[in-house]
Amino acid sequence: MSSIDQYISLFEHNRATIEDHSPEALNRLRPAALSALKSMGRFPGKRDEGYSKLSLEEMFAPDFGVNVARVGFAVDVARSFKCDVPNVSTLLGVVVNDMFRPTATLVKNCPEGVTVESLAKVAADDPEFVKHYLGTLSDNRDAASALNTLLVQDGVVVRIKAGVRLDKAIQIVNIFNAAGDLMSVRRLLVVVEEGASGRLLVCDHSQSADYNYLSSQVAEVFLHKGASLDYCDIEESTEKTSRISQLYVRQDDDSRLTVNGTSLTVGHTRNEFHIDIVGRHCDTELAAMAIADGDQIVDNASRIRHSAPYSRSNQLFKYLLDGRAQGAFEGLIYVAPDAVHTEAYQSDRNMLASDDARMHTAPQLEIYCDDVKCSHGAATGQLDRNALFYMQTRGVPAAEARMMLMQAFMADVIDRVAIDSLRDRLRHLVERRLAGEHASCGDCTATCQN
Amino acid sequence: MEDILLKVENLHAGIEGKEILKGINLTVRPGEVHAIMGPNGSGKSTLSGVLAGDPKFSVTAGSADFHGVDLLGLSPEDRSHEGLFLSFQYPVEIPGVSMVNFMRAAVNAKRKYFNEAPLSAGDFLKLMRQKREIVELDNKLASRSVNEGFSGGEKKRNEIFQMAVLEPRLSILDETDSGLDIDALRIVAGGVNRLKTDRNATIVITHYQRLLDYIKPDFVHILYKGRIVYSGGPELALELEEKGYDWIKQQVDNQ
Repeated sequence: MSSIDQYISLFEHNRATIEDHSPEALNRLRPAALSALKSMGRFPGKRDEGYSKLSLEEMFAPDFGVNVARVGFAVDVARSFKCDVPNVSTLLGVVVNDMFRPTATLVKNCPEGVTVESLAKVAADDPEFVKHYLGTLSDNRDAASALNTLLVQDGVVVRIKAGVRLDKAIQIVNIFNAAGDLMSVRRLLVVVEEGASGRLLVCDHSQSADYNYLSSQVAEVFLHKGASLDYCDIEESTEKTSRISQLYVRQDDDSRLTVNGTSLTVGHTRNEFHIDIVGRHCDTELAAMAIADGDQIVDNASRIRHSAPYSRSNQLFKYLLDGRAQGAFEGLIYVAPDAVHTEAYQSDRNMLASDDARMHTAPQLEIYCDDVKCSHGAATGQLDRNALFYMQTRGVPAAEARMMLMQAFMADVIDRVAIDSLRDRLRHLVERRLAGEHASCGDCTATCQN
Repeated sequence: MEDILLKVENLHAGIEGKEILKGINLTVRPGEVHAIMGPNGSGKSTLSGVLAGDPKFSVTAGSADFHGVDLLGLSPEDRSHEGLFLSFQYPVEIPGVSMVNFMRAAVNAKRKYFNEAPLSAGDFLKLMRQKREIVELDNKLASRSVNEGFSGGEKKRNEIFQMAVLEPRLSILDETDSGLDIDALRIVAGGVNRLKTDRNATIVITHYQRLLDYIKPDFVHILYKGRIVYSGGPELALELEEKGYDWIKQQVDNQ
């Protein structure tokens, strides 16, 4: 039985329970996902293009438990949780496994015109809104995306209504908390309406390093005309956590987007960034970094599609791989025939800090229009021996010099993080990570509950 | 060993199996300035690299005693702590590492080596300010990445600034005059002279006599084919300037 069959049979056996616990806005998307999965037969594996380092077939193969019956978890989990990525003051919601819990402060302080709520609740209050957006960007031709649609029971909706400019960052903390292996199916729907702006920080954590967790997450992000969004995604989980995270964005005219992806501590992770620029004069910055060692695997794939003229996108991916870690980057810039005056740039730079670390990179341009400015570049190297020696001659010990050089390597990608307070925090987290301390939530003195 | 700062004996070293230094002998006492001159490829930069501990060179024979410490047995950072400083011919650019963080790491590593507490932020900034004045280094450069985007002159001034901060007992200036215009040369040399005391010493490695107009040597050595083939006083530099290296080469090659 292939991995897909196992999930199809899980769904078919539990269909009634799943659908009873889910809003109609989700149930209506399941039949198409189901038939798509049945026709695919399997997840992509290492022999498939774009999956050479990380096989989804293997990732989904273990028999994870799925919380089909929506058994609730103690509220205390959310309350006792201290996030390692505190943002002095954010509008915070916590997703424990796959269940969303707003904090009291979120409920109290969420401004007029801003929604941060469970998908089930929004679907009950305003089904037309959810139907209008949900499942229109996610892709049933992709097995992981279709599986998410097949099994998802709830999710988070972030909506910023037209003209609302929200300065305070919204933070969504995804936590794994289960005394056993578990798969969570998470869904995020973000709608930034005309002329509105917001900032969203999503971070992933696992509270126990003892169990195998798998998260399937799909985010659909809609930026309407003139909308602006800073989206930061941080994974700081455990070596036993696997994740497939798929971000789908549609940008309308004059919209502005920054996406910062950070893989700090992971097991096996695949992050996809699908950005569809259908509007004119859009601006898109995508910057992601990965730090991996041990047997960790980080696989990032970006697909930026320019379908309209006069838009600009810029991508920077950086990997720092130590131990036996493996990294992969597949980046595609697609420029449609009519998308004149497109500017699209992509750069991937990687540092291998050990002899056993491996990096696979595949930058691609597909340009069907003459009047554009596009570039891509990829380079994989090692620590600069001359710089290391230079620093040592000034008395900086070799280990510290190495760390400073690694930190420096990540400096420009951290500089691109759009949320100010997060930048400093990330510098600190990266420093700690490079010093060999696996960042964990327990020793964080700041609290993200206020 | 009283009054000897550095004693190099029969030093042999090379790179990738190729011997470049073929028996260097050199004695430096506190308060002295030694100039090492020689034609291209004679081993000048190898000598400075070997003394500073550049891992790309391997020492095959000989010794270097640095005020009672076996210099060749130390890591580059410990050589620095013990008071050795190398001013690079080509200072390395380190994007992303700010001058301030770099110097703080350097200063505090040295203090740690001597079991001293790290400098407070205030004291550190005061130290930076004082030392910057010696080579008229712009404050702006301090906030930039190490050597990144610095002009040739700024890079060399930055080297002397670092030397001022670290207060070495022995400084090796490798081709410090290369890439400098006359004004920058004057500032750099002025900095070196201000840092000179009767307790520290300097080895100036140079092609040209020009730098020695500003940094006056007590001894001049000629390095050729991996050996010091001729030593003399400051007048030797002038003689070289006039006659070139050919007469030395002929003398040595005919032996």
